[in-house]
Amino acid sequence: MTPGWVVRRIGFSVLVAVVLAFFAVPMLWLAGAPFDARPGFGLRWPEWTLSNVHATLRHPFALRSLVNSLVLCLVATAVTTAFAALAAYALSRVRIPGRDALLYLLLLLSSVVTGTAAMVPLFVLMLQLGLIDSRFGTALAIAGGMLPAAIFILKDFVDAVPRSYEESARVFGASPRQVLGHVVLPIARPGIATILVWSFVNAWGNFLLPFLLLRDVGKQPAAVLMRTLQDEGGSADLTVIPVFSLLYSIPVVVLYLVVSKRYGFRFHGGIKS
Amino acid sequence: MAGIDVTGLSTVYPNGVRAVDALDLRVTDGELFALLGPSGCGKTTLLRTIAGLEPPATGTVAIGSRDVTALPPGRRGVAMVFQDYALFPHMTVAENIAYPLRVRRAPKERQREAAADVARGLSLSALLDRRPGQLSGGQQQRAALGRAVAAGADVLLLDEPLSNLDARLRLEARTFLKRLQHDLALTTVFVTHDQAEALALADRIAVMEAGRIRQLGTPREVFQRPGDTFVANFIGSTPMNLVDGRVRDGRVECAGARLPCPPGLAEGTPVVVGVRPEYLSVADDGITGRVAAVENLGVSSLVTLDCPDGTLISLTVPEQDEPALGRSLTVTAAPGRLLFYDAQDGRLLDG
Repeated sequence: MTPGWVVRRIGFSVLVAVVLAFFAVPMLWLAGAPFDARPGFGLRWPEWTLSNVHATLRHPFALRSLVNSLVLCLVATAVTTAFAALAAYALSRVRIPGRDALLYLLLLLSSVVTGTAAMVPLFVLMLQLGLIDSRFGTALAIAGGMLPAAIFILKDFVDAVPRSYEESARVFGASPRQVLGHVVLPIARPGIATILVWSFVNAWGNFLLPFLLLRDVGKQPAAVLMRTLQDEGGSADLTVIPVFSLLYSIPVVVLYLVVSKRYGFRFHGGIKS
Repeated sequence: MAGIDVTGLSTVYPNGVRAVDALDLRVTDGELFALLGPSGCGKTTLLRTIAGLEPPATGTVAIGSRDVTALPPGRRGVAMVFQDYALFPHMTVAENIAYPLRVRRAPKERQREAAADVARGLSLSALLDRRPGQLSGGQQQRAALGRAVAAGADVLLLDEPLSNLDARLRLEARTFLKRLQHDLALTTVFVTHDQAEALALADRIAVMEAGRIRQLGTPREVFQRPGDTFVANFIGSTPMNLVDGRVRDGRVECAGARLPCPPGLAEGTPVVVGVRPEYLSVADDGITGRVAAVENLGVSSLVTLDCPDGTLISLTVPEQDEPALGRSLTVTAAPGRLLFYDAQDGRLLDG
């Protein structure tokens, strides 16, 4: 209990408090502002009311944009997970010369392909394909951007599945499809759950691609609509934004809870080493 | 039920290693057959080639009278238990055992019956709803055997079946395996690097080295009359004495003694004399040396003699007859237990 020790403890506590406040204040705002009669940018004890919720539900595009977000994310997540699983299995089991270099190259390019650098060519490409204002087309573009990283992550999980499992199934007469469906995918399930959550969250928060490729407000997802929520004067519409933000954050939280409960990131063992 | 015929089989890995080299082998119907050899001798590759998991470079594999060389593993009528058992961790024991039937799309009812049937025979009935991770090593092994039995194959292949069990359990599992194989009368080939395991379990043994079979025979033949010095060295829990000698005046001179010579050896021929420590006993006439070390083996002791010319000879003596260190001892081999090998190529010289 030297003075130096006391000072260090106080300093540490203050630091923790500041960091905590930094993360907690936006959360508290999200909890209070939607139900405040006069919501502002500051944090204060709300005057409880549900009128903001009613206003948001009446907004012409708010709910529809959340549905758009869901459609976009579900398609992108399904495409990413399905293709990544097949590609990861193939890349993990088949020996191709330069396989690792190929994977790294894909990973590197993927940050460019759907990133800001490829904005113009991607727009032109989609325009020529007639996929502007198509939610399905946008979902595919998002999935394409996520695939290399998803394959990369999932390949590590598939690599960890011992080959004797597959050989065992093959000796009992399982076809390649049965080997994949009965053995490899179930054992790589923690990896697939990871990709599922990761790609959904990524697609849910993606702003740039839908902003570029979906010009019709009625087809825009929540992440894009958020930016256009203004009143007639052009300043932020604070009756709608807090409730909308709250609704926008719910699906991701629910997804995390469901996945970790149902597909818990665990491994049962069964190889004696 | 079927035997296995392997003809001129070579298996070459992509890196150019010839793991199995122009090998011929016949395993008869209902036999418990051991492939024995040091690690890297190609025994596991041979097993995997029979299973169809490795494509052979040349040669054929026939099971029963059917040539299966070109067939995929699932259509050869073989079942295999892997060294790590490879029980599917996400399935229960019942689902694991019934897996071969699930692959063939048998009705659920039939799968459950088969699993219950097989489990009864292997005393796994109480464990059917457990997952492999909740089983002990011995139970996992029985579950893996159960899955192989449920496949209803003609041939059972076991890769190092006992190597993942602790020493005590290994003896139990060995007896169990031998009884199970006898009851099922299923043609069984197993791979092992443990000569004691091969001697105890197998009806016949093939001793392999560098992708070839060095000797093929019953455990007794392989133990009593090893075909060459490699096999002589490899078989037996106490290594065989292999001593350089030379034919002189119709006798073989070795380790300072003159031993009876097999007929037909020319004067001056260099030979290697082989005799197991278990077949040597104290006598009036024979090889003489001073006791250099005594090692307790339980019911007997291994005594090492230091002969005048520097060679070391070991023999086993019963527990009550241990000689004092430094004492001089004369030993001789039991009749017919002295083996002579060619000093150049290490082959057994028939006498």
